[in-house]
Amino acid sequence: MPSHDLSSPPKPGQSSCRSCWLAAPGLLWMGLFFLAPLALVFAISFASRGTYGGIVWEFTAANYLDLWHPLYGRILGQSLWYASLTTAICFSLGFPLAYMIARSPARWQPVLLLLVMLPFWTNFLVRTYAWMIVLRQDGLVNGLLLALGIVDAPLELLYTPTAVVIGLVYGYLPFMVLPLYVAVERLDPLLVEAAWDLYASRWAVFTQVVVPLTMPGIVGGCVLVFIPSIGSFITPDLLGGARSMMIGNLIQHEYLVVRDWPLGSAVSFVLMAIVMAAVVLYYRHAARTPGPLEGR
Amino acid sequence: MRRGSTGLTLVSGLAMLFLYGPILVLVLYSFNAAHLSMAWRGTTLKWYAALWHDEALLAATVNSLLIAVISTIGATLLGGLMALGMERMPLRRQQLIEGGLVLPLVIPEVMMGVALMLLFVMVKMPLGLTTVMLGHIVFNIPLVTIMIRARLRKLDPALREAAADLGADSWQVFRHVTLPLLRPAIWGAVLVAFTVSLDDFLVTFFTAGPGATTLPLKVYSMIKSGVTPEINALSALLLVISMACVAVSLHLQRREV
Repeated sequence: MPSHDLSSPPKPGQSSCRSCWLAAPGLLWMGLFFLAPLALVFAISFASRGTYGGIVWEFTAANYLDLWHPLYGRILGQSLWYASLTTAICFSLGFPLAYMIARSPARWQPVLLLLVMLPFWTNFLVRTYAWMIVLRQDGLVNGLLLALGIVDAPLELLYTPTAVVIGLVYGYLPFMVLPLYVAVERLDPLLVEAAWDLYASRWAVFTQVVVPLTMPGIVGGCVLVFIPSIGSFITPDLLGGARSMMIGNLIQHEYLVVRDWPLGSAVSFVLMAIVMAAVVLYYRHAARTPGPLEGR
Repeated sequence: MRRGSTGLTLVSGLAMLFLYGPILVLVLYSFNAAHLSMAWRGTTLKWYAALWHDEALLAATVNSLLIAVISTIGATLLGGLMALGMERMPLRRQQLIEGGLVLPLVIPEVMMGVALMLLFVMVKMPLGLTTVMLGHIVFNIPLVTIMIRARLRKLDPALREAAADLGADSWQVFRHVTLPLLRPAIWGAVLVAFTVSLDDFLVTFFTAGPGATTLPLKVYSMIKSGVTPEINALSALLLVISMACVAVSLHLQRREV
């Protein structure tokens, strides 16, 4: 294919390819402004902090060892806990929802999916702020609880771990529903009927028929919820208190407040390792459904 | 499935309430005349009126739009060219690049933000509108590339072959065959990139200097200080605008099919 290159349809694998150079500017950009900064963070995570916050280029693993300090360990631990809890709650809310959507009349399905996705397309800060209004001391939830006589004094809801988990579930529920919907939609209803006919209990139908057959969707949904949850910053920052900090907040704190860049970098790489482990799980076990990752 | 369907409907109904309840409360309270308390003191539009006279807010909106326009143009050009260039690479290399493009979409935004900030500080580039635009192009390139590639893959190879057989040179084929066929995907990518840039908080937070406040940064500081109910009106307005954008883009997509 000597001269015209873009004209003929693509045949991958041509040895010398003029049009391949079109990718160069974009690749260069990503190398310069994505890979290089990451490499920089990695390098700095092995440097040490100067007396006034600068960086001293002496190789040390001290930053990673510092992370075993109970203070940081607690933040890492509770981040994992909040993200796991969020994933579990999203699953228990998302599964019935996905099941109902997949089993409703075909022309309703796109509308229902749109209803689930719509809040997701609005600004994250605004959505999180809405929960601040709802959970405030004089907010809607406390108002209802007081009016119904369930509590005597307003509960402390905002700035607690509970608020953080609620906010995370709210933010990422659509990521769970979409892959689950695809999985349930593919599930043959006759198999479920057969289980009922064979007198399986409701629990047995769920655990022995529905769950195994929708496993790729379950893994996909769980990973897609876990990844943004573990790396979240806005939700714990706005809805959490000083004691419900997550890894993202620790990174911001080390960088902008304490100005300990080497330690902040080490924390960043621990976070990245957790996320990468989840990504590997996703590519190994999840049915890849287009959508959530591409259209964030 | 008939059995157990009441339970399913109940949980799903609760889930819908959970999804839309807070949004409705927020919109409702943006019309509340009370200044600081949550008690209802009658309806008012004064918080919306106050938004029009907030100069800092106006400046932030202008910044946001400027950043979104420029970063969308940059990302669409770079990402579009990348999608075209990748088409003919050896499959292995295509998969490698594709895998690499997922990385910016999955790594925590905080990390992307601090990494970019570090780079700019290291090369002594002052933080401001320019650094924010550079950063926004980074997270938009993968989105654009993935969307345009998806469309390129679906194109019928015969169309381009036919044009070449009829004597079109490679530029003519691109200009008169490939580009028109890609147009819906390009507009879709533009819309997504523009929205993502307009909404971005974290990368902007780390890469913006003092003079480069964007709308999300302004919203954040208003929420944090929490002194005026203007934030309720602003939030409600932003909610309505994004939902309208979604409606428009869905309408466009439907027409293209």
